[in-house]
Amino acid sequence: MKTDIQLTLNGVPRADSVEPRLLLIHYLREVAGLTGSHIGCETSLCGACTVEVDGKAIKSCTMFAVQASGKKVTTIEGIAADGKLHKVQQAFWNEHGLQCGYCTPGMIMSVKHLLDTHPNPTEADIRHGIEGNLCRCTGYQNIVKAAQAAAKAGA
Amino acid sequence: MATTITKTETLVGKRIRRKEDPRLITGTGTYVDDLKLPGMYYACVVRSPHAAAKIKGIDTKAAAATPGVVAIYTGADVADVGPQPCGASLPGLRVPHHTVLATDRVYLVGHAVAVVVAADRYIARDAADKVEVDYEPTAAVADPEKALAPGAPAVHPQWADNTAFTYHQEGGDPNKAFAEAEVVVKEKILSQRLIPSMMEPRGVVADWKSGDQTLTVWTSTQTPHLVRSLLAGMLGLPEHRVRVVAPDVGGGFGAKISVYSEEALMGWVSRKLGKPVKWIESRRENFLCTSHGRGHVDVVELAAKKDGTILGLKIKIIQDLGAYFTMLTPAVPTLSVLMIPGLYRFKNFTADIVGAFTNCVPTDAYRGAGRPEATHVIERMIDILADEIGMDAVDIRMKNFIQPNEFPYATPTGLLYDSGDYAAPLKKALDIVDYPKLLEEQKKARAAGRLMGIGICAYGEICAMGPSPATPAGGWEVATVKISPDGKVTVLTGVSPHGQGEETTFAQIAADLFGVPLEDVVVLHGDTGQIGYGIGTFGSRATAVGGAALYFAAEDLKKKIKKFGEMLLESDDVSMDGGACIDNKTGKRVTLAQIAQASYRAMTLPKNTDPGLEATHFWEPPNFTFPFGAHICVTEIDKDTGAVAIKRYVAVDDCGKIINPMIVEGQVHGGVAQGLGQALFETAVYDDNGQLLSGEFTDYAIPKATMMPWIETSETITPSPVNPLGVKGVGEAGTIGASPSVTNSVVDAVSHLGVRHLDMPLTPEKIWNAIQQASKK
Repeated sequence: MKTDIQLTLNGVPRADSVEPRLLLIHYLREVAGLTGSHIGCETSLCGACTVEVDGKAIKSCTMFAVQASGKKVTTIEGIAADGKLHKVQQAFWNEHGLQCGYCTPGMIMSVKHLLDTHPNPTEADIRHGIEGNLCRCTGYQNIVKAAQAAAKAGA
Repeated sequence: MATTITKTETLVGKRIRRKEDPRLITGTGTYVDDLKLPGMYYACVVRSPHAAAKIKGIDTKAAAATPGVVAIYTGADVADVGPQPCGASLPGLRVPHHTVLATDRVYLVGHAVAVVVAADRYIARDAADKVEVDYEPTAAVADPEKALAPGAPAVHPQWADNTAFTYHQEGGDPNKAFAEAEVVVKEKILSQRLIPSMMEPRGVVADWKSGDQTLTVWTSTQTPHLVRSLLAGMLGLPEHRVRVVAPDVGGGFGAKISVYSEEALMGWVSRKLGKPVKWIESRRENFLCTSHGRGHVDVVELAAKKDGTILGLKIKIIQDLGAYFTMLTPAVPTLSVLMIPGLYRFKNFTADIVGAFTNCVPTDAYRGAGRPEATHVIERMIDILADEIGMDAVDIRMKNFIQPNEFPYATPTGLLYDSGDYAAPLKKALDIVDYPKLLEEQKKARAAGRLMGIGICAYGEICAMGPSPATPAGGWEVATVKISPDGKVTVLTGVSPHGQGEETTFAQIAADLFGVPLEDVVVLHGDTGQIGYGIGTFGSRATAVGGAALYFAAEDLKKKIKKFGEMLLESDDVSMDGGACIDNKTGKRVTLAQIAQASYRAMTLPKNTDPGLEATHFWEPPNFTFPFGAHICVTEIDKDTGAVAIKRYVAVDDCGKIINPMIVEGQVHGGVAQGLGQALFETAVYDDNGQLLSGEFTDYAIPKATMMPWIETSETITPSPVNPLGVKGVGEAGTIGASPSVTNSVVDAVSHLGVRHLDMPLTPEKIWNAIQQASKK
């Protein structure tokens, strides 16, 4: 038994027929072939699967693909424009905001959402904004620096 | 012949952005779960819910009838697969025979019992739930002290005392030291069991090609070549028909050093079915089945004079080993013994280890592996001694440090410390925090009834694992440097970075050695089909051993380049600089590209020289390296709640020469986060039945962004004489420095109330209770 879904994925309309129980993260990774979003815990605790759904940062491991039907979904693969990195991606690179890179796509999507909604965050705002994203490598310090640098870079 | 090759350093030492980042920040990296092969099946492992049970029967009928299920295998099916290997050897060591699937009994929660193979991962998981295993639960023991008590349930029936090994080492004359001591302090100190929690769980894709009789295994590992050797052994395949690839690996922290059952199991399944098969560990499985770290119960005595001179140390270690061994399980506590003297010059010690089996997942290397435990013990004992004799703990450390003129320094544990100036980072850290002013502030805070703590740790560690005779596998490393016909440089390294950034730092080293731009160097790693046999990344060894191998391979190749340069320039006075050979007399130059073309076209060759530009160097280090440093943590405790607020965290680390300061700082930040996590938040809790209570991120508290302080980093630089780069290693330093400095700070905050020691993790509840107890006295 499959259900038809239609959504806009990284700006491109798309239609698929999926099992109702298919998680959005598995849809993105295995149906749409976008493996940038990762699975770290399957329980919405680590944030490695964070994507944007209708402008909100969502943990795609605890949302069904059918729930994304009719919505706009943006993943890490969809935020660089015209071959130019998004300012948050650029800041993560400049500030050494990643090591193993596994949490990074979700972390970048959370920081992007934070800056979209709070363009001038304090350090405490940033730490609170990424509290739902776990990183075991960086101690978060250079992620905080990257968020600060991206905020400074403006729109 | 006056030929010289100038070595100009333009990239080493600079803050250079990482070459690995463009793929990782755009979501175009390749981790194991990103691989999709044609016709690939998915596997799900059925695991025991009991910590100890007999298996009376397994019914797979309902599971097998699930549409989409391809096969189900149990222990009897895979009897020809060899057992889990352990690389450590100790006299009299009892090694459990741990098969890839259980047969007649299980001895830990998460013990693999069967494997379901299906068309997709959802079906595999559905069917795994339908496998019915008839268990007869038996008594379990999960606490190492309880396991060693008489009458405890035996984890393995043939070893009723749950003792895997005992180990004794001593140096000097400890009895004399304790007889002459003016003061002896004694404490029981725990280094609790921890769960490494790398963000990418383990995962395997195995692909058997029957036509070629070759097996390719992509696996999330720190040691692809060691995995290849051991996997070939477990599966009975000739090693040259096995290729192991570590693609992008999402962290390891020691827990991805071992070969694991699932790697062999997937290899076996793929061969059996003639199809590729993928297994991805769930987070729950990662908590239950991937090796843990620490798990020490230490009883320590320190003998000293009243002036603070340390005379000797006695330690009894109970090591929680878990139910079986992964690669290094029994070896880890022996590293603690090696480093138990820390940075101090006392010569008398005695150490005893008892390795205890428990019905838990094995402990093994976890960031620091034995050294954090040792450092925690010695640095806690220094503070306890200071408290006992009423002396500042800084003065005790300064008084007992090995002095800069004593290197190389032979320790009573049998090591030879390479180089050091142990007072330098401590002095620098004290300056940064303005120690006299801090002490004044603390006095005022106490007078006002506030609880402020100053915690200091001066740590030393043993890195660059290591000389081969002293390591369970070889301790050397390999590098190949190739120059392609267009003059571009490719470095192939046997180390296997998974976050440490060697694609960048090794490119910096190579670019300087050849005098070429960073963009002209590519660093490859992780694929045994591509790289010469290497050892891997662990024990802060990659740059100090693998980087040195790269240095020598490049120097070997430069000799050959120079011969071509001399031929092309028709000169015997040639130097190499800026990616070219230069005739020192005429100033004429030939570029690396011209030399490369000449070497591959081979119309004429220099005398006794073969075509091509490629060199491989296997480098055996003559010694370990011994980084050191000092961390200071300032805390304030809320006396009404016991909550700890970190006011300042200063880390001054000496890792020898620095290749890329940005990467070194990143390693320190992450290391401190893990040490601080141990000190304040993290603990693996098994109940008496062997159920892991802290088995999800809801219950196991790795630090979040809001839980971390700002870390102020600084450094001193004492080059290592052990390798030509002068580097020592920095991967584990932060972790080793952090847990003692944070713990010392918290205890210091409440020491004036009469609290002498608190064990990690320092939860608000524990601190609040200690304050209440102390105020009752």
